[in-house]
Amino acid sequence: MSAKNSEVKKLVDKKYRHGFVTDIGSDTIPPGLNEDVIRLISHKKDEPQFMLDWRLKAYRYWETLREPDWAMLNIDPIDYQDISYYSAPKQNDDGPKSLDEVDPKLLETYEKLGIPLHERAALAGVAVDAVFDSVSVTTTFREKLADAGVIFCPFSDAVKDYPELIEKYLGTVVPYRDNFFAALNSAVFSDGSFVYIPKGVRCPMELSTYFRINEAKTGQFERTLIIADEGSHVSYLEGCTAPMRDENQLHAAVVELIIHKEAEIKYSTVQNWYPGDEEGRGGIYNFVTKRADCRGTNSKVSWTQIEAGSAITWKYPSCVLRGENSVGEFYSVAVTNNMQQADTGTKMLHIGANSRSTIISKGISAGHAQQSYRGLVKILPTAHNARNHTQCDSLLMGKQSGAHTFPYMEIKNPTAIVEHEATTSKIADDQLFYCRQRGLSEEDAVNMIVNGFCKEVFRELPMEFAVEAQALLNVSLEGAVG
Amino acid sequence: MLNIDNLHANAGDTEILKGLNLSIGTGEVHAIMGPNGSGKSTLAHVLAGRDGYEVTGGTVTFLGTELLDMLPEERAWHGIFLGFQYPIEIPGVNNTYLLKAALNARQKFRGEPEIDAAQFLRVIKDKARLMQMEQSFLNRSVNEGFSGGEKKRNEIFQMAVLEPRLAILDETDSGLDIDALKIVAAGINALRSEDRSFLIVTHYQRLLDYIEPDFVHVLAGGRIIKSGDKSLALELEAKGYDWVLDETATPG
Ligand SMILES: Nc1ncnc2c1ncn2[C@@H]1O[C@H](COP(=O)(O)OP(=O)(O)OP(=O)(O)O)[C@@H](O)[C@H]1O
Ligand SMILES: [Mg+2]
Repeated sequence: MSAKNSEVKKLVDKKYRHGFVTDIGSDTIPPGLNEDVIRLISHKKDEPQFMLDWRLKAYRYWETLREPDWAMLNIDPIDYQDISYYSAPKQNDDGPKSLDEVDPKLLETYEKLGIPLHERAALAGVAVDAVFDSVSVTTTFREKLADAGVIFCPFSDAVKDYPELIEKYLGTVVPYRDNFFAALNSAVFSDGSFVYIPKGVRCPMELSTYFRINEAKTGQFERTLIIADEGSHVSYLEGCTAPMRDENQLHAAVVELIIHKEAEIKYSTVQNWYPGDEEGRGGIYNFVTKRADCRGTNSKVSWTQIEAGSAITWKYPSCVLRGENSVGEFYSVAVTNNMQQADTGTKMLHIGANSRSTIISKGISAGHAQQSYRGLVKILPTAHNARNHTQCDSLLMGKQSGAHTFPYMEIKNPTAIVEHEATTSKIADDQLFYCRQRGLSEEDAVNMIVNGFCKEVFRELPMEFAVEAQALLNVSLEGAVG
Repeated sequence: MLNIDNLHANAGDTEILKGLNLSIGTGEVHAIMGPNGSGKSTLAHVLAGRDGYEVTGGTVTFLGTELLDMLPEERAWHGIFLGFQYPIEIPGVNNTYLLKAALNARQKFRGEPEIDAAQFLRVIKDKARLMQMEQSFLNRSVNEGFSGGEKKRNEIFQMAVLEPRLAILDETDSGLDIDALKIVAAGINALRSEDRSFLIVTHYQRLLDYIEPDFVHVLAGGRIIKSGDKSLALELEAKGYDWVLDETATPG
């Protein structure tokens, strides 16, 4: 018996591997939110006036809003005055100029997370922007990308270096009036990534941003903007982790994608924020607004997300299919274990003729976790011959977990074809027994069955990350059966 | 190889196995026949370690060790294979992948290195040929969308790859057409060897036309009530079970 207990403990202990804290001096502003705080953030980032004006408009609008309550989530009240809205590791006044000037502790942190930032050690073919709390620490391969005409840099640099692009595109996909968390983000966002792929360019590398929350009592409010100009192509991946703490921390991000004629963006997420402990103490609130605007003919966006972490996830990466023949795809695996909650899905808004969308959502719920798929397919009168296919599967493990499906459809064009399939199943005892009879341990059997269930989504991930995602899923579900 | 002594087991609250005795020697082929609901699958499941049964008495030793203390996967590593009466579908899990993981788990248990990928591929191709299975079956999800007969053939294919010491085959012949029955029987015969034993559950003599058993047992009411050689199966085929039941009915 005691052997078994120590086995179990070993599993639990290794469950969240990224829960460490980096001990580093930081410049953290006191908790609280008001116009002065916003001015301070904008000042720290040395922003042009238009940026500050926009932030203030967003803030004033946010003050008139209330938190959304339509999701199937149980959220403890958030005290927005008790959060610090800016925290940066201490460094030279104007920030490090090269990697040699970056605090070794930061480099070590990313090393530990499996993201080496030295270009010679980096994963072949992947450029990384490393965001630590409110600032970007470094962005690798900037020169190599610049040779191809690709801009990949921290958002704060972009505001200074390419203000005309920012002013032209910022908030055009997710306006600050979009929702409560988008308004908050617009007011206080600190860093994130900016990508511009010029006409006809196929980005020579995978781009990725790695978000790390380190400081306690802070929120992370990053903002990402990707513009794929006509005929261009880019694949982008984001990853996220945070230390283990007993308090909840807020992460409210906004991602805007703009896809012009004949262009394509593939956007993948491996979300592994700290999920809280078994009793539901601590963990990240992951309240995120992501939207892609397919503006031109034949433009295409593909969202792939592996949502494994966070105490609460509220997230609906969406596609506005404006262009004729534009294509939107959403592939999702969401895993909730213990006391985690997730309300996630997508919106497909068909405006252009012959626009097509595919939704494949795989939800896995274990322990006491509750999970909802919420998806809207809306076909406007202009969207002749629009097509949507939705497939939405849930897998339950254990008796206390729950899965819910909320599909919404609004079809205003009679030529549209919309299909929806949904299944809910349990990991059947006989499947487990079958695998174990062949010689797999119970744990390996669960992993194999779950990975089989998620296969259609995993194969959409860039190769380098598919293996990582699979391993992450296995770790997230450790101890879920038995 | 296998020694079952006075085995009692419940499914739910019902006692199904009621003092079952059976001994299987190394290299022997035993057939078990018996009326529906008599406990044949229960015996197979209890031997393989399936949840949902409670052993209330008796012992089972396998190659000298106590079988009933082991987890299902440990029994597999020691060489027990169960061919399921109703093989399970596992969507998204590649047939070959499952077998490779199973073999490697056993290698690990034995303290041996992982199997060589090229050699593994050769083995599964050979065995697929033996079972006259299309290569495409190897890369399909485990049993998903397989016909009833294909599932049974896949069970024997898996057995051929895993090379167990004791194969328990639960109605592998049910649902097979005549050609498939011959293929399955040939597959089983190809695996017969001096150090491998079989426990074959079947309702029909026709399988035993191809696989000649060393012993035939009748399981009824949770016990082996009669044992004999292969002629017993012919007699059962001709006369049914009633005469055996009558013969062994205990008065009072
Ligand atoms: N969980 C359970 N609870 C109660 N009774 C059960 C349970 N599982 C099996 N049984 C019963 O145990 C008896 C033996 O079942 P078993 O499947 O072992 O029979 P069998 O000999 O394999 O029959 P068949 O020839 O039809 O395959 C049956 O009467 C069955 O209904
Ligand atoms: Mg049976």
